[in-house]
Amino acid sequence: MSVRQYELVYILPPDSTEQQVAEVHDLVAANVTRLNGQIDKTENWGRRKLAYEIGPLKEGFYVLEVINGSGELMKELDRRLKVLDQVIRHLVVRSDEEKKVVDRTRTRRQTNSERRRVKRGLPPTRQPGEGRSSEPDDMDDDRFEMGEI
Amino acid sequence: MAFGQGRSGGGGGGGRRGRAGDKKDKDKEKGQRRPMFRRRKICKFCADKIDDINYKDVKLLGPFVPERGKILPRRISGTCALHQRKLQTAIKRARQLALIPYVTD
Repeated sequence: MSVRQYELVYILPPDSTEQQVAEVHDLVAANVTRLNGQIDKTENWGRRKLAYEIGPLKEGFYVLEVINGSGELMKELDRRLKVLDQVIRHLVVRSDEEKKVVDRTRTRRQTNSERRRVKRGLPPTRQPGEGRSSEPDDMDDDRFEMGEI
Repeated sequence: MAFGQGRSGGGGGGGRRGRAGDKKDKDKEKGQRRPMFRRRKICKFCADKIDDINYKDVKLLGPFVPERGKILPRRISGTCALHQRKLQTAIKRARQLALIPYVTD
């Protein structure tokens, strides 16, 4: 069984107490351990405004969990969260593949730039005060010319 | 035709293909009169070397979702095809989590 990394974000009602938040977290954790997974990281985003109303709610309590486990585990978790009334919205995303791609492009860019620099007879890493300043000269948003949609 | 308008040098033509012909002519006229008017469009993600377009990063996605809530087309933002595709999935995921609106009127 392959272990993959997933991200789970769920939204609870804004008026839920800390205990209720912990309850849902415990339920997730229990299911994860039961199916041989592990929680890598838990991030509490706290209350934030929803971009649109979900039923009567205008705010939500966001929690992010990074989970290492199998696809069956996430399927089960997804099913359980769907049933749970306290969770108003949730999303499961597989994140390990994307992370791999990002890392690969990053290292490739780095090695390429180092190689090019060495070819030009420069030290492989950028020296302080070299070249143009990294600060972009125009941060104003005229990059988008609106009114053409 | 697409090249050499205004300031858009060699690579600037990419994002502007597929425009209506009359518009192109108008642009050209404008470009000759005021050469600095139209700036060359560049992909923000290529330029700033942002590899990871994440649905959690609302600040990053924000400029690509104008008031109406629609995804800003590539022809306007100048984003390259690869990054527009990543942006699209990120925005759609963020919408599911009510981080970004589906529609606003």
